[in-house]
Amino acid sequence: MDGMTMAEWLDDFLFTYETLIHALGVNGLLALSMYCVMAVGQLSLGQAAFMGIGAYTGALLTLNLGLPFWLVLPLSALAPAVVALVIGGPTLRLSGVYLAISTIALGEVLRVLYINAEWLTGGALGLSGIPRKADLWLIYLLLFLAVLGFWAVGRSKIGRAMEAMREDEAVAGVMGVNLPVYKMGALVVSAMLAGLAGCLTAHSNSFIGPNEFGFEMAVTILSFALVGGIGTPIAPVIGALVLTSLPEILRPLQDFRLVINGLIIVVAVLFLPRGVIPFRLRRAP
Amino acid sequence: MLSQQLVNGLVLGSTYALFALGFTLIFGVLRVINLTYGFYFSIGAFVALTVAREFGATIWVALPVGALSAGVVAVVADWILLTRLRRAKAGELASLMVTLGAVLALYSLMAVFIGTDIQRFPFGFVDNTAIEFGGIRISLVQMLIVGTTFVLVAVLFLLLQRTKLGLMIRALAENEDAARLMGINVGLTVAAVSFLSGTLGGAAGVLIGLNFNAIQPFMGEHMMLRGFAVIIIGGLGDIRGALIAGVLLGVLEVLTAGYISSNAKEAVAFTILVLTLWFRPVGLFGRAQAKRA
Repeated sequence: MDGMTMAEWLDDFLFTYETLIHALGVNGLLALSMYCVMAVGQLSLGQAAFMGIGAYTGALLTLNLGLPFWLVLPLSALAPAVVALVIGGPTLRLSGVYLAISTIALGEVLRVLYINAEWLTGGALGLSGIPRKADLWLIYLLLFLAVLGFWAVGRSKIGRAMEAMREDEAVAGVMGVNLPVYKMGALVVSAMLAGLAGCLTAHSNSFIGPNEFGFEMAVTILSFALVGGIGTPIAPVIGALVLTSLPEILRPLQDFRLVINGLIIVVAVLFLPRGVIPFRLRRAP
Repeated sequence: MLSQQLVNGLVLGSTYALFALGFTLIFGVLRVINLTYGFYFSIGAFVALTVAREFGATIWVALPVGALSAGVVAVVADWILLTRLRRAKAGELASLMVTLGAVLALYSLMAVFIGTDIQRFPFGFVDNTAIEFGGIRISLVQMLIVGTTFVLVAVLFLLLQRTKLGLMIRALAENEDAARLMGINVGLTVAAVSFLSGTLGGAAGVLIGLNFNAIQPFMGEHMMLRGFAVIIIGGLGDIRGALIAGVLLGVLEVLTAGYISSNAKEAVAFTILVLTLWFRPVGLFGRAQAKRA
């Protein structure tokens, strides 16, 4: 630290790694939004799409209407929640693949619509010049509150019901767990978290584009939760921290970042089925 | 004007149908939403492009070579990714996640090696002429697309209904354990289904690559939106449903682009997908079992 004081060093550190530190916090929130759905045994691949809705909503409200940030933030959480209701309504009554399929499809259709609706979204160029209103402390406060909230819920009656659903949905239902309400609740909360993360990203990068919330991001968010595991709410956050800082450390592998992200999921599901993935292995009929 | 658009819609729709056919076949028989399917589409198109460019192959060589290579890739991918989960009788979401991770790795690997720029078939690869038919223009590429789709669908139906392999496949779709007890070689049948669907996906990739003359690693990913819509509208695992839903989607997209706007066209597939889920989750013909959770 040659001669620098601690405070100077910290300033320097924050300046150099600002983007990374922002991304770590936001990705932690995204990992939690994935956790929230997986905790009830469902698989949503629309977290990136929900994030995108939050990001575009937030950016447009700030840029076009000049709303204050304390109002923009909750509205950006609300918009994806409404979309989650429309998609979750029919799919959560059906087997799990329907939610997974329709949420991937959501990401793909939104990507195309962002590109085509140039008058609103800036098309392929995206939106830029978004004021940097998402302070570091705000991101980490929200992350802390989210972890705390999930931890508290996890220890309550609701948490036990969620665990029961994850283990065996039919049994949980018979035991009196209101399955549709829990599933829908989890999906809506997860969409809101993803929307928050999107809004924070928009207001810390000052730029958003249509390709940031697509398929690759959806898979990346899933890999956070799979690497960390979903035993406790802190686990997926740790997964996000590891996977977000990894490419910074392994610079030479930059080109292969997405290849590695994909392979991580393959390995996690194939070789760590009980430890890492929440889905019970079904017994032979 | 309307009849011209109906023809264009029919052409687009038959590529959708062809693409979705293999996808729904995998689900119908193997009970897996195999997301690597989109990659078969990309690799089929890319192999065809390569043999056309490097060896000057005609379409009659490039199309089967592209399609069959995709079939081989499908067999290998299924074997590596899903054998273990099948043996453990893991849930459908586990296999969905594995194929999701794998397909991102595959697309990205392809992008690392060949780049993400759009590549095109060599000039004059297929004849660009069109014939007029009572005021309706049909290009040779369009006729090739519809013709190939027709032939492949016919072959698939004959194979499923009239051959021993077809019988094995149908038995496996019905009940894996029962099929095994009847002496059916399940591993072989699974490989055959993968090969068939990979070939269909690859053929669709070559044809769509020709139609838009744009080939790029992630093209299969972008096609998946249509694939999802078609297999859900047709009913998961329902082959006839997928055919009709595919053509229907193509026609609706072209009509929407013609009469409303080309932006709205992009939302057609997703809109019908959500409407189907709300009002008719079992699909057009109600043959899919939309298992109530």
